[in-house]
Amino acid sequence: MKARSKFLIGGLLVLGTSGVLMASSVKETAQYFLTPTELAAKIQDSPRFQKVGVKIGAAVVNGTIERAADGRSVTFQMTDSTTTYKVHYKGVIPDTFTEGVSVVVEGRLNNEGTFEATTLLAKCASRYENEPERYPQSPSYPSGTKPGA
Amino acid sequence: MILVGELSLWVAILMAAWTTTVSWAGGYQRRPDLVFSGERAMYATFAFTVLASIGLWYAIFTHDFSVKFVASYTSMNLPSVYLFSSFWAGQAGSMLFWTLILAMYGAVAVFANRSRLRNMMPWVTGTMGLITLFFLLTTAFGANPFERLDWVPADGRGMNPQLQNPGMAIHPPMLYFGYVATAVPFAFAIGALVTRQLDGEWLAAVRRWSLLSWFFLTIGIVLGMWWAYVELGWSGYWAWDPVENSSLLPWLSGTAFLHSIMIQEKRGMLRKWNVTLVVLTFLLSILGTFITRSGVIESVHAFAQSSVGSWFLGFLIAATILTAILVSTRLKDMEAKAELESMVSREAAFLYNNLVLVGIAFTTLWGTLFPILSEWVQGEKITVGQPFFNSVNTPLGLLLLALTGIGPLIAWRRASTANLRRQFLMPVTMGVLAVVVLLLLGMRHFYALVFYGLAGFVATTITQEFVKGIGARRRMYQEGLAMAGVRLVARNRRRYGGYVVHFGIVVMFAAFAGLYFKKDYVAVELKTGDTYAAVDPWGDTWTFTSEGMSTYNTLNRRVVAISLKTTRNGQPMGTMLAEKRQHFDATGATTFEPSTEVAIKELAGQDVYVFFSGLADAETAVMNFHFNPLVIWVWIGGFIMAFGGVIVMWPQAERRERGYVAELSPQHEGALVGAGA
Repeated sequence: MKARSKFLIGGLLVLGTSGVLMASSVKETAQYFLTPTELAAKIQDSPRFQKVGVKIGAAVVNGTIERAADGRSVTFQMTDSTTTYKVHYKGVIPDTFTEGVSVVVEGRLNNEGTFEATTLLAKCASRYENEPERYPQSPSYPSGTKPGA
Repeated sequence: MILVGELSLWVAILMAAWTTTVSWAGGYQRRPDLVFSGERAMYATFAFTVLASIGLWYAIFTHDFSVKFVASYTSMNLPSVYLFSSFWAGQAGSMLFWTLILAMYGAVAVFANRSRLRNMMPWVTGTMGLITLFFLLTTAFGANPFERLDWVPADGRGMNPQLQNPGMAIHPPMLYFGYVATAVPFAFAIGALVTRQLDGEWLAAVRRWSLLSWFFLTIGIVLGMWWAYVELGWSGYWAWDPVENSSLLPWLSGTAFLHSIMIQEKRGMLRKWNVTLVVLTFLLSILGTFITRSGVIESVHAFAQSSVGSWFLGFLIAATILTAILVSTRLKDMEAKAELESMVSREAAFLYNNLVLVGIAFTTLWGTLFPILSEWVQGEKITVGQPFFNSVNTPLGLLLLALTGIGPLIAWRRASTANLRRQFLMPVTMGVLAVVVLLLLGMRHFYALVFYGLAGFVATTITQEFVKGIGARRRMYQEGLAMAGVRLVARNRRRYGGYVVHFGIVVMFAAFAGLYFKKDYVAVELKTGDTYAAVDPWGDTWTFTSEGMSTYNTLNRRVVAISLKTTRNGQPMGTMLAEKRQHFDATGATTFEPSTEVAIKELAGQDVYVFFSGLADAETAVMNFHFNPLVIWVWIGGFIMAFGGVIVMWPQAERRERGYVAELSPQHEGALVGAGA
C-alpha cells in the first residue's frame, strides 16, 4: 500500500477517535444556555425542565446584591429586562461581580422560584463598557443632573 | 496635541488608502515609481498612526477627562505605569494599539525588503496597506478613542483593579505583537500567490515573521495564564474560555506551519497546505479578535455587544472568500515536488504533527463556537463545559508530545530498522523506566503515568541529540564541554533552538499533569490565633496559624490583610499575607467592588495558594487553601520555550545546499552528528 494511503488511514483513525470523544463529551457536558425569559418559557412548556441544570446569562439588577459577610454566598436578582429571577449562590464570589455587570450562572430553580446557582461568572467589568452616568460629577454641575439627560 | 492626534488618525487613513491602491496598481502595471510611492505611503501611514497614538497617551497622562476613553479607564490617582497601559484597557484604545503595531510591522516589512523580492513586494505592501486601512477605518468609525464627552468629569472612573497587575499590563501587548504579526505572512502569501512565486525567498521571509508571531503569542498566552492564576482566585490557569481559546487557535496553526515549512524546504512537499496554514493563521487571529470584541460568545472576557463586531465579521468573510478564490486559481503552481515514501519517516511524523495540531485547533474551535452553531441548527444556545476540551484535547496532546520525541530523530524519506533502533532505544527505555519508577512510588493515575512516560521519552531524545552533537564537536575540534555546547547551538540555531523549545514543552506538559494531584480545602474559618492543618499531595502536613488581620491604606486602595504563619511537617515555612483590597478615587469614594489578592508560596514541588474569601465576623476570616503541584514549572517551561524561540530567530548566516533544498536548511543530516540515517 502506498505510504500516502497508510498515512490517510492513520489520520482518519486519529480524527475518528477524536470525533467519537468529541461526540460523547458534548453529550456529557452540554448545557442549555438561556435567558431568564427562555427559562420561564421552557418551564411553562414542560414543568419537569425545572430539574435540569442550566446556564443562564443575565444582568444583575442594581441594588439587589446582598453579600454574606463571610464572602461565601450572595443573593441578588438577575434579569433580561423581561423576566427577573432571584439568585442564591454559594461559593467563591469573583472580584468582578459588582453592580451593573452581566453574569453567567449555572444551576437550577428551586421550588420557591429562586435560582440556586453552583457557578457564578461575572463578565470582566469595565473593559469595554462606557457608562458616562457613572463618572464622578464635576462640582460645576448641580449634583444629580447629567447634561443632556 | 490631542487634536493633532485625532487628525493624524484621519490622515493615516488617507495614507493607507494610497498605499493600497498605488501598490496594487504599480504591481499590476509594473511601474516601479508607483510601487515606490506606495512604500513611502506605508512609512507615512506608520508615522501618522504613531502621532495619533501619542495624542491619546498625551490625553491620558494629562488626565484630560473630556476624552471619553480617558474618563472611562483612568483616574487622577492611577499609578503611572498603569496610565501607560490604560491605552489598551478599553475597546477604542486597544483598537488603536492594534493598528499601531500593524502599521509598524507594515513599515518594517517594507523596509526589510526594500531591495529584495521586488516582483512580490507591490502585492505585499498593498495587502498590508489594505489590512491597515481596515483597522484604521474600524477604529475611526467603530471605536474612536478620541470621542469626547459633553462635559468634563472631575475624575475618571479609574482602572479595574484586576488590570492593575504587571502581568495584565504586558499580556495584551505581547498577544497583539503575536496576533498582528500573522498579517505579514498572509500578505506575503498573497504576494506569492499573485506572482506565482511559491518557493525560495518567499518561504524565508514568511518563516521569519511566523516565528516572530509564534514567539509573542507564546509569551502572551503564558502571561495570560499566569495572570489568571494569580489574580482570579480560582487557583487554575486555563479554563477553555472562548477568549483563551481564540488566542490558542492561531498559535496552534502557526506551530503547525513552522513544522510543515521544513518539509517544503527539504522536499518540496505540502506547498498548498503551507499556503493554507499561513492564511488560516491570519484568519484565526482575526476570528480571535472578533470573538473577544463582539460579545457574540458568552465568556468571562466577552463584553457588551459592540458595533466593531460586524466590521470584523465582514472582514473575515471577505478575506476568506477572496483568498479562497486566489488559491483556487493557483493550485497548479503548487503541485508537490515529491511524494511521501514511507510512514516511518520524518515527513510522516511532521504530517502527523500537523494533523494533531489542526485536530486540537478544530476541537477547540468546535467547542468554542458550539453555542452559536447550536443556535443556528436547533434554535437554542447550548454550551459545552471544560471537560469537553480536556477529554478530547488530552489524548491529542499526548500524541503530540510523543511526536515531539519521534520527529527530530527519525530519518527523512524512509527510516531503516537500524536507524530506529539506534535512535530510539535509549529514549524508549528511559520512558518506560520513568513509568516503572512512578508506579513503584505509588502513582496510579493512568493519564499522569502516560504524561510522565512520554515526558521521559522526549527529554531523553533531546538530551541524546545534545550529547551526540557535543560529542562530535569535541572529537572534531577538541573543544571543551561548555564551548562545544555553546558552539553547537550557535552554529545550528534552528535545530538546537527548536530542541530547547521542545524541552520547554516537555516541562510544561509535566507541569500540566501535576493538576491531576491537586488538593483543595475550601471555606475554612480561622480566628486570630487558630491553626488549620492540611495534608498536601506529597503527603506532608502543613499548618496555617492566623496571626491576625491588619487594615491600612496605600496608593489608591485600602487593604485588609491576614497574616498566616506556616509550617510544613513542623518546620517553619514563613509568613503568608492574603489581602482584600478596596480601591478608591481621588475624592475618597470607593470604585469597583472589593478585590482579592491571593497569597502564593511557590515551591518546586507545588504552589501553596491561599485565598482570603471574606470575614465570618470581625475576628474570623474565611479562607480557601489549595495545593497545586508543579505550577512553577508551567512558567519555567514557558520561559524555556520563549528562550528557545529567541535562539531559533537569532539571525544566522545562510547556507546553500546541493539539490532541491533551499537556503536556511539545517546542517545536512549526518555530517555533524556522525551517525547518519
